[in-house]
Amino acid sequence: MSFTPFRIPIVPQLKKNMILSLVEKGLRIDGRKTDELRPIKIETGYLEKAEGSAYVELGKTKVIAGVKIEVGEPFRDLPGMGVLTVHAEFVPLASPSFEPGPPDENAIELSRVIDRSYRELGAVDLEKLAIIPGRKVWIVWVDIYIIDHDGNLLDASMLASLAALKTASIPSYEVDGDDVVIDKSKPGSPLPINEEAVYVHIAKIGDYFIVDPSLEEEVVADTRIAFSVSRNGKVAGIQKMGHGGLTLEETEKAFELALRTAPKYFNAIDSALKK
Amino acid sequence: MNSGKSIVLPGDLLDGGNIEVRGLGRSYAVYTIGEKVYAAVPGVLEVSDDKKVFTPLENVYIPKPGDIVIGIIVNVSLSYWSVDIRSPYTAVLTAQEFLNRPFNAATETLSTYLAEGDYIIGKISSFDRFKSPFITLKGSDKFGKIVSGKVVEIKPSRVPRVIGRKKSMLNMMMEETGCDITVGVNGVIHVKCKEPVVEDLVALAIKKIEIEAHTSGLTDRIKSFLREKLSELQGKEVS
Amino acid sequence: MKYSNKPVLLREDGTRLDGRKPDETRPIRMEVGVLENADGSALVEFGKTRVLAAVYGPKEPIQKYMVLPDRAVLRVRYHMAPFSTGERKSPAPSRREIELSKVIREALEPVVMTELYPRTMIDLFIEVLQADGGTRTTGVTAASLALADAGIAMKDLVSGVAIGKIEGKLVVDIDEAEDMYGEADMPVAMATRLGKIVLLQLNGVLSPEEFRTALQMARESLEMISEMQRKVLLEKYSQVLQS
Repeated sequence: MSFTPFRIPIVPQLKKNMILSLVEKGLRIDGRKTDELRPIKIETGYLEKAEGSAYVELGKTKVIAGVKIEVGEPFRDLPGMGVLTVHAEFVPLASPSFEPGPPDENAIELSRVIDRSYRELGAVDLEKLAIIPGRKVWIVWVDIYIIDHDGNLLDASMLASLAALKTASIPSYEVDGDDVVIDKSKPGSPLPINEEAVYVHIAKIGDYFIVDPSLEEEVVADTRIAFSVSRNGKVAGIQKMGHGGLTLEETEKAFELALRTAPKYFNAIDSALKK
Repeated sequence: MNSGKSIVLPGDLLDGGNIEVRGLGRSYAVYTIGEKVYAAVPGVLEVSDDKKVFTPLENVYIPKPGDIVIGIIVNVSLSYWSVDIRSPYTAVLTAQEFLNRPFNAATETLSTYLAEGDYIIGKISSFDRFKSPFITLKGSDKFGKIVSGKVVEIKPSRVPRVIGRKKSMLNMMMEETGCDITVGVNGVIHVKCKEPVVEDLVALAIKKIEIEAHTSGLTDRIKSFLREKLSELQGKEVS
Repeated sequence: MKYSNKPVLLREDGTRLDGRKPDETRPIRMEVGVLENADGSALVEFGKTRVLAAVYGPKEPIQKYMVLPDRAVLRVRYHMAPFSTGERKSPAPSRREIELSKVIREALEPVVMTELYPRTMIDLFIEVLQADGGTRTTGVTAASLALADAGIAMKDLVSGVAIGKIEGKLVVDIDEAEDMYGEADMPVAMATRLGKIVLLQLNGVLSPEEFRTALQMARESLEMISEMQRKVLLEKYSQVLQS
C-alpha cells in the first residue's frame, strides 16, 4: 500500500516563500544557480571487505555504495549470465524521517530505478561473469547505504554505485570440478563494465527547473523528474517522482537540462578515479 | 430558445464564470482556473438563453450546519452516540442533546435510549475541519428516534429532485399517498404511511426518481405511477 | 540480453506480432460501476491485460492517526492476482508492486482534490486479473474511472499507455512479448485536459530523438484513450437524461 506521506519534513512557510522568490530570480538559497550542482566528493576503495566501494558526498547528502561479488547460481532462463542486483537502505540515522524496518517505497523505488538503468544499458557485462554456465556465475550485489539525507539521494546513489562498480574486482578463483575456490591472496580482475550512466534529478519550482535539489527544495518542489543519461548521450531510464504534473514542453525542457548536466557528473567520476 | 442538457465530466469546461451550481456545495462540484469554471464530478449542464446551471450527479455528502439528516447509530459510548450519516465524517449525538438534561454516565446507560441500528432524524448543528459534525434534535417534532415507517437511501446528489422545485415533487407524493415523508440532505429518506404496503410503494417511487432524475415531465410521471399503483392496491383490498 | 525463442516482433510489412500497426493500441474495453460494495469501480482491458479498480471513500480511517489535517490521504494498492501471470505469482507484495503503488498514487494525487476531504482516507485498489503488458497504465486508467464513478472531486481524468521500442521501431501499447523482447518500455499517464504528464517512466534505452517522438506518440494515443473513458462515463449517466 502506498500512502500520501504524513511525515515529510516540514519546511516553514517563510522558508518556502524565500525559496520560491529566489528561484524566480534564478537563484537558490545556498547561492547556486539553477543548473549548478553541489560540491561533489567521491572516494573509492572506501570499504575493506567489499570487492568494490565508494563514498560520495553531494552537498550534505552522504551515500556509501558497497559491491560484493560472490559465487551463486544463474537464473534458470539465463544460464550463461551473471547477476547484478541493486538494493538500497535508507538507514535510520540518515534522517529523522527514516524509520527502522524493511525498505519502504522510497528505498525500493530508488534501488529499482538504479537497477533498471544498469540492466537496460548492459552496464556490467554479465555474459563475462559466467564461471560454469548453468551452474555457477558471479553475483554482483550493489548495496547502497544512505547515511545522511539532504536531498537528491538518487544522483548521489547512482554516482556511488557507478564509482564502486568501476573500481570493483572479481576475486581470483580456480574451478575445481564443480566447486569454485576463491583465492583472496591473489589480486582479482576488474569487473567488466561496458557502459556507464548517471542520473540527473531535476525539480520544478514555480516555472523554473533546478538540478540537484536539496532536501528543502525537494519538499517545496511542484514535481520532480530524473533522467538516466549514458556517456554517449542516450537516455537509459526515466522516473517522474513526487506529486504534480509536467506538460510535454516542460518534460522536454527538463530533459534538455538533464542532457547538459550529465557530463558534469561524469567529469566528477573521472577526476575521482584518476587519483 | 437556445436550451440543452448535457452530461459533463471532470475536466470539462463549464463556463467562463457565470454559472449556477446546484446540490451539496459549489466547492465539491467545480473548480476554477483563472476565470474559467470546470466540472470536478460528473453532472448535468443545462444551458438556456439567460443562464447555465450545473447539477452534480455524483457527490460525497459533506455535512453543513443546518442540514436535516437521517442517520443510523453505529456506536454507543459513555456520553454520546456515533451516527453514520453516510458521509466520510461520522456524526456525534451527545447524551445531553438527546435527553435535554445533564447526563450522569455513572448511573445511566445510553443504550436504553438509542441502540446500535436505531435510526434518528436530526439537524447538523456544527461542523468544521477540526471536529466531527454534531447533531441537534431541537427544532422539530420529527427529530428524534425513528420508531415506525421505512427508510430509503438514495444518492445525496438526487435529493433535490426528490424534493423538487419549491417542494413540488415532495408535496405531490405526500398528497397522492397521504404519507409523511422526511428527506435528509444526506440522501436518507423516512417514509411513514398508514399501511406498510404504501410505504413500499413510495420507496419504489423514490428509487425511480433517483434513476430518472433529469428527465423531463418526471413529476407528472411519478404522479401517474403512484396513482396507478395505489388503485391496483385498492383494487386488491376490495376484492 | 540474449534470449532463446525470441519471436520476430516486427514483420517485413511493418505489422507487429498480433497484426497491429505501430501506432495502434490493442482492443480496449472499459466498464464502470462493476462492483456493488465499492463506492466507485471500473474494469479496463487493453487486449489481454485486464485490470479491476475500486475506490472506497472518502471515509474516516480505522486508525485515527492515519490522517492529515488539511486533506484526504490517498492509499493506493497495485497488486497482481496470483493467477494473473504465466507462472503463479505469490500474493505477497513484491518490490515491483510496492514501487508501482507509489508511482500510481503520485499520478493521481495531482488530480484528486484531496483538500476537499480533510481528515479522511481514500482507498484505491488496483487488481491485475490478467497481465499481458501495460498493467500499470491500464491500472491508472481504471483507477481514474473508478474515482469519477465514486463522485470524488477531480480536476481531470487520467489516461495511461505504454510506448515501446521493438526492433528499432517505436510502437504504442506494448504487450508482454513486446515488453520482454523489446528494447524499451515507457509507461506514460496524462491528465489530457490539463495537458499534464502525471506518470512517466522508462525501462530501456532511447536516443534523445526517440524519447521526444515517443512522448508525442503517447500524447496522441492518450487523447484517444481519454475520449473512450469519457464515452463510457457518458453512457453511464445518459439514462439520467432520457425519458
